[in-house]
Amino acid sequence: MGEIVMELKNITKTFPGVTALNNVSFVLEKGQIHALMGENGAGKSTFIKVITGVHKADAGEILLDGRPITFSNPNEAKAKGIAAIYQHATNYPDLNVTENIFMGHEKISPKTKRILWKEMHDEAKGILRSLGSAINPKQEMGTLSVAQQQIVEIAKAISTNARIIIMDEPTAALTTRESEELYRIAEKLRDQGTAIIFISHRFEDMYRLASKVTVLRDANYIGCWAVDDITNKNLIIAMVGREINQIFPKKEHTIGEEVFRVENLRKIGYFADISFSLHKGEILGLTGLVGAGRTELCETLAGIEKYDNGFIYLHGQKEKFKNPKDAMQKGVGYLPEDRQKSGLILQWGIGRNITLPTLENYSTKGWLNEKRESLKAKEIAEKLHVKALSVFDLVSSLSGGNQQKISVAKLLTTDLDVIILDEPTKGVDIGAKAAIYKIINELANEGYSVILVSSEMPEVIGLSDRVAVMREGRLVKIIDAHEVSQESILAAAMGEVQPGGEDVCQPI
Amino acid sequence: MTSKIEESYVHRRLEAHRPLTAKHVFLQWEWLLVLIFVGVLVMNTMLSPYFLNITSLRDATMVFLDKSFIVFPMAFIMIMKEIDISVGSTVALSSVGMATAYNVFGLPMEAAIVVCLVVGALCGLFNGFLITKFPELSAVIVTLATMILYRGIAYIILEDQASGNFPEWFGFFGWGYVYGVPFILIVFVGIAIAFGLLLHKTTFGRKVFAIGHNDVTSKFSGVNVKKTKLIVYTLAGLMAAVTAVFLASRMGSTRPNIANAYELDVIAMAALGGISTAGGKGRLIGTVIAIFIVGYLQYGLGLINIPSQTLMIVIGALLLFAVVVPKIKDLRKS
Repeated sequence: MGEIVMELKNITKTFPGVTALNNVSFVLEKGQIHALMGENGAGKSTFIKVITGVHKADAGEILLDGRPITFSNPNEAKAKGIAAIYQHATNYPDLNVTENIFMGHEKISPKTKRILWKEMHDEAKGILRSLGSAINPKQEMGTLSVAQQQIVEIAKAISTNARIIIMDEPTAALTTRESEELYRIAEKLRDQGTAIIFISHRFEDMYRLASKVTVLRDANYIGCWAVDDITNKNLIIAMVGREINQIFPKKEHTIGEEVFRVENLRKIGYFADISFSLHKGEILGLTGLVGAGRTELCETLAGIEKYDNGFIYLHGQKEKFKNPKDAMQKGVGYLPEDRQKSGLILQWGIGRNITLPTLENYSTKGWLNEKRESLKAKEIAEKLHVKALSVFDLVSSLSGGNQQKISVAKLLTTDLDVIILDEPTKGVDIGAKAAIYKIINELANEGYSVILVSSEMPEVIGLSDRVAVMREGRLVKIIDAHEVSQESILAAAMGEVQPGGEDVCQPI
Repeated sequence: MTSKIEESYVHRRLEAHRPLTAKHVFLQWEWLLVLIFVGVLVMNTMLSPYFLNITSLRDATMVFLDKSFIVFPMAFIMIMKEIDISVGSTVALSSVGMATAYNVFGLPMEAAIVVCLVVGALCGLFNGFLITKFPELSAVIVTLATMILYRGIAYIILEDQASGNFPEWFGFFGWGYVYGVPFILIVFVGIAIAFGLLLHKTTFGRKVFAIGHNDVTSKFSGVNVKKTKLIVYTLAGLMAAVTAVFLASRMGSTRPNIANAYELDVIAMAALGGISTAGGKGRLIGTVIAIFIVGYLQYGLGLINIPSQTLMIVIGALLLFAVVVPKIKDLRKS
């Protein structure tokens, strides 16, 4: 057993009406990567905020190097070497990398009080090199990829001499390759003696990196295990509190006639040569690495973006959608990837969100009939088992999974044939995932044709009848359900060279 | 085991009717406005013996209601998280257009009024066109440019001269009564009701709120964001032209420099009425009360010969109060 750097004993934190942490304990050792897992709302965020001095615990104590300590604000925690890196990088996109790294602790000449730019650039470069990254410290933050921005955040933590680094879902927005890079950096820090608290919904992150895992559920401490000693099944039971036997529902839908067909669709700079067909009651998985052009393709299919060449057929008729409304009226609906930014109006209640796409249906000559509107919203929300009290509950008060159900509900108010779901389970916990999978499957059973865009392989494999793989803007392969495997998808997505063949990707 | 709260939600039927609680009825911004309004009346009555009588209260509306027509479309614009500071110039340009049509081109006054309305609507439409065509430009900058532009055109046409000699019946807009009620008050009530219904009872109004909260979501949900904005800006121009008609009628003539800084008064009244500049929030009933608060404050202080500078202090303080009070709660939270 290593040297203990931080220990939390019986931490309790309550907010008016809610207990966010109840008697939680936690032990962190030097040079350890400790995974913290739990469903959304389990208390992970509050836990982090207590450690980083944002919130003050109501009861219990925090020991740092064996000595009790209290933080009255985040700066005190920072001064003690605790740094947090959040899922959505919290940086200054218009400033350069060096400025971001040294924000708040700039190097200043003791005599003239001027900012020592050269020294800061050199040190930034040094830290980035030590992380094995070739990012130019003079580059503007906003021009970096999410993965690179996260590396800069880590560099920032190192520049403050952090001994405890908290990573909150760092891999959520990263591709497999980028995650691998992050793992490498995390391991490097660990070997140098930094203690890392790693929060993630992805099991592979935990297995790959962590040696210990602590599970929280409903604000309670459930347990702490060595990663090697716990099985996937037991971990899910610990997190969810029940066994999830069947994450993926049984495929029962029957596939009917062709509904939707795309021929040689092309948008210059984004994608090219996209051809596929979609049948009634079919779920077509669409996957590929982040940046392969999936979202752009979906937005084009839904009438949000324009395309340059090619044809879209709906029920055998050639269609060109003028705008999202036109696409919806003709039968194609889209669930955007970012539900908070482009899927929902968070400040509104459930009901108004659900009815926004179809206001005309609850109105006569433009006059809204609010009663008819809220009854329809109620009907659909109940069908999807949205957990709320009334249709007036604000969407911002719902959990991620329930918010996503509202997004799906919006699609169900219209008379659609084709539903395009872009990353429907992104950022939702495992219980909610299972519920959303069930909904997707039911949609197919009811005869909807579904295009399911996802980066999560098990999800694509578990739900789809066929899987289309995109790479660098092209649809490289469509795999049938009985042939599909993680390996075959990855091979297509990464562009593995076939023996004897040559892999040439034409510019789009 | 799921949490107890979640357990109780499972299979629960959703409530589809909003419960009418005391909080929903009484803890509203509008009640505070009513209190301020009563306060203004009481203060004015104590300051001047001439204030509190029906005739003076009635006739005061003829003086302060002209710019109020623009408050309603401005509220729509602010709810959409935008702004239009060109409305004062639009009033000037459309009234100059009307005077020119009548005095230079010899059109009948009825046609000149139509010209006024068309010019105003076109000014608004042009604003809307620029703002929807170039979404990366902020509405402040675009309408600042057209504010200078419209006023400039008005000056070129009239060269700092007054233009009037309107037929006698035209004075009815500004000075006329119908059964003892000022005509402008009747038109005001009609327009207020029309805009109130449009905002709160129609699909169009719902879309305005949706855009104010989140225009991306609105677009993805099939709301035609550009069309909605175009209509609202055009309405603002049209209402500026209505103001121009009443203003020119009351003054008997027009000049290129009329309605100067009206946009600030209009925005102030909308903000005092509880229209949030952060978008998505507000009710028109609040703006109606705010119009009367500012109007009677102005009138009452005018009665006792308080200089207009003092009035500016009072209105500035009121506005500050209006925007700060809703934030006090947030302040305590953090």
